[in-house]
Amino acid sequence: MLKFSNNLGDIVDHCISKTKKKGATDVEVALIKNTSETVSFRNKKLDESNRAENIGLSLAAYINKKKTIVSSSNLKNGNLEKLIDRCIDAAKITPDDEFNSLPDKELLFKSSKELDLLDNTHLENSKKIEYLKEAEEVAFRNPEIVNTNGSSFSESKTEVIIGNSKGFKNGYKTSNFTAYCEVVSKSNGNMERDYEYTSKRHFENLLKPVELGSNAAKFAIRKLKPQKINSGKFNVIFDKRISKNFLNYFSNAITGSSIYKGTSFLKDKLNKKIFSEKINITDRGDIERGNGSKYFDNEGVQIKNLSLVKNGVLNDYLIDTYYGKKLNLSSNGRSGGTTNLYFENGDQELKDLMNSNEKIFYITETIGHGTNIVTGDYSVGAAGIMIENGEFTYPVSEVTIAGNLSDMFKRVILANDLQFNYSINSPSMLIEDITVAGK
Amino acid sequence: MSKILKNSELDVSIANNIVSETLNNCDDGELYLEDSKSEAIVLDDNKIKSSSYNSNLGYGLRAITDDVVAYSHSSDLTKKSLNESSKNLKSTLSSSKGTYNSEIKKTNKKYYSEQDPIEAKNFKSKIEILNQVNEYLRKKDSSVKQVTATMLGEHKSIEIIRSGGEILTDERPLVRFNVSVMLEKNGRKETAVYGIGGRQNYDAYLKEANWKNVCDEALRIASVNLNSKPAPAGEMQVVLGPGWPAILIHEAVGHGLEGDFNRKKTSAFHNLVGQRVASEGVTIIDDGTLENRRGSLSIDDEGTPTEKTILIENGILKNFMQDRLNARLMNTRSTGNGRRESYKHVVMPRMRNTIMLNGNHTQEEMIKSVKKGIFAVSFGGGQVDITSGKFVFNCTEAYEIIDGKVGSPIKGATLIGDGPSALKEVLMVGDDMMLDPGIGTCGKAGQGVPVGVGQPSLLINKMTVGGTQL
Repeated sequence: MLKFSNNLGDIVDHCISKTKKKGATDVEVALIKNTSETVSFRNKKLDESNRAENIGLSLAAYINKKKTIVSSSNLKNGNLEKLIDRCIDAAKITPDDEFNSLPDKELLFKSSKELDLLDNTHLENSKKIEYLKEAEEVAFRNPEIVNTNGSSFSESKTEVIIGNSKGFKNGYKTSNFTAYCEVVSKSNGNMERDYEYTSKRHFENLLKPVELGSNAAKFAIRKLKPQKINSGKFNVIFDKRISKNFLNYFSNAITGSSIYKGTSFLKDKLNKKIFSEKINITDRGDIERGNGSKYFDNEGVQIKNLSLVKNGVLNDYLIDTYYGKKLNLSSNGRSGGTTNLYFENGDQELKDLMNSNEKIFYITETIGHGTNIVTGDYSVGAAGIMIENGEFTYPVSEVTIAGNLSDMFKRVILANDLQFNYSINSPSMLIEDITVAGK
Repeated sequence: MSKILKNSELDVSIANNIVSETLNNCDDGELYLEDSKSEAIVLDDNKIKSSSYNSNLGYGLRAITDDVVAYSHSSDLTKKSLNESSKNLKSTLSSSKGTYNSEIKKTNKKYYSEQDPIEAKNFKSKIEILNQVNEYLRKKDSSVKQVTATMLGEHKSIEIIRSGGEILTDERPLVRFNVSVMLEKNGRKETAVYGIGGRQNYDAYLKEANWKNVCDEALRIASVNLNSKPAPAGEMQVVLGPGWPAILIHEAVGHGLEGDFNRKKTSAFHNLVGQRVASEGVTIIDDGTLENRRGSLSIDDEGTPTEKTILIENGILKNFMQDRLNARLMNTRSTGNGRRESYKHVVMPRMRNTIMLNGNHTQEEMIKSVKKGIFAVSFGGGQVDITSGKFVFNCTEAYEIIDGKVGSPIKGATLIGDGPSALKEVLMVGDDMMLDPGIGTCGKAGQGVPVGVGQPSLLINKMTVGGTQL
């Protein structure tokens, strides 16, 4: 049994009945309440504190096959009334769309195991500052670290309630603790920055400040005095921070909307091999304390565990109610996107990947948005470290890497170092023969 | 007179008292109130896919002592909530002993009208235009397989209540119209996006000739890309077209000249004022005063009137862009660049309309002078690493140049360069300065604000083009 605040539940009920009374045939309401406290710390002292209290309501009114959405942070009765009137008025003159509907009743959330998504720990700002102070002190023990872009610690609690006129109403609370540290290293005239970041549902699972600070420092220092390399074809290893981005492109390409509209390089690839047979991709919402875990999706639909890619073959799309109806598929609870999405471990050590060729470009950072989901064309700025004979040698920057994702996916080789640090996670990744543009 | 408080449960004199008491002994701060409305109507896949309307009301209370900022915001505009915020700020800044500077200069100049674009045009006629756009594009070219057209309208009222009771206000309209098309021909697909917008009513941008022009432009770019070949890889000369390609300037030098990064000495430009950072003939300004432009503001989000700020004059770095906090700490004045996305966000120095002024070369001259390079006409987004100075931007329409002639179109590729040196590589500045069509949104530290850019054609001696062809 999930828990949510009665007073918020009452607002949801009130909105549903009021909207129906004014002529809607169906109504869906989502209410999200969030409180958060963030402190930033820089050069041994507090830089900024930020306390936030937000509430947001989103209401969709259906008049048969017509639909409009209103949303607001102003939940005063007078304003709600105005919004509902406006929503109904707009819905009346919106053209029909035969695929507009609430989720099928049998797909709505029924039950789940306890996911342990709420940690009620409250840290006074002084405690947050202590954490950041320690992280920064550790980073500054390295003489190359000369400055900081600031560290921050944020604690937030969120409550979400979803209700609809088919009688569904449920909600739950989650918490999130995040710490970030970004430092600047310097050598001669060259300055570089890098960061470490940790984000968890429960405070006790965060990285310790020592690790946060020393990792940030280590990353910033290893980028110093970079070289620009000559253009050429390279075998490339993507650090875990970067390899997970490929899952983002993958998930964008298999959402119902891009599949239905044909705006995806993975259209018509269902049941076809898009990776090598060693590759498996899973999306599951029920990982205990998982950063991407949810009890139900944005429409209240139960979240299925999906084996999206099995032995290299694309098995499933990400489907919500609307595109499910269009594609003649059932929603699998992905209104709002993926949950905990990850590549399963490969069968090689990172070290073996590093030794797989005399010269490998290890990428720690990409910059820019050069990914075209329609064609699969990929071109981004990159920086990293050159590996020669299995050893890190010198940093590289101001280069680009480019290729086509359909082709790159087929050549993905994964290490066995998967960790669940974010809501999207990947082991380190090797792709051979990538075009690097430099000098 | 506070219009926002008049319609709330919070009495203006109570608010004034809380503000003055909270900011006692602080160096700066204010109560920022926001009442905003926005709508989005999307046509997609032959249908009105969604229509949504959002109204937001909230406040942000900010207190600053020396270089420490305490901020608290809420969507609950009541005495109780504001008192809690005040308490939170005071406990954060327990040892404050600053001097509040209440002075904010005023110009009373307005660069746009107060109209509300959402109410000025009825819903039905907006839907009608979107449907016409869809029909027009599909009729015009049978290879059009998808059309997405979006209308975004916004009206934002802001009030800044300073300690002592002074209230500064601004009413900001903003609209944007976007068309995205996907073409499919001989098994190949390409998309392109084009849009227009600014701080006026929809009708200023959506006369039949206007929206048809947007459609034609999106269709033209997508058609060019259907015939594109793989882009080259490596360093070469680059000719940039006028207008929107000025996101090069926004990324390469704009962000690096924002006051906060320079006060903190984390920008690659922090110690370069008075020095040459660009070729002779390169002058770059940041201008908040252009009428009805997307990046223009009558006053910034701290109440400072905006202005035309010279950043680089004839190649020499002159000024940074400042908000009040960074200006005070750097012993200079705010340039009216203090901006925030909404009441949920703290103020930072941000760009407005960032523009490179005309030189005296022609685009033809530039192309003629290039042996091997690319001609980049249209762009997607860009990004920069302030500290190392490395920046990228993505071409969405580009051609190869061989022996002084424009050749085949090439696929979208990322261009990468180094901010502090890129503008020293400028060989020619064109005489054809153009502003972008009014579509830019700049992201910084998780906040998005509307901005503009502009430039004439440019010839850059050396940039790395991130294609696949070695």
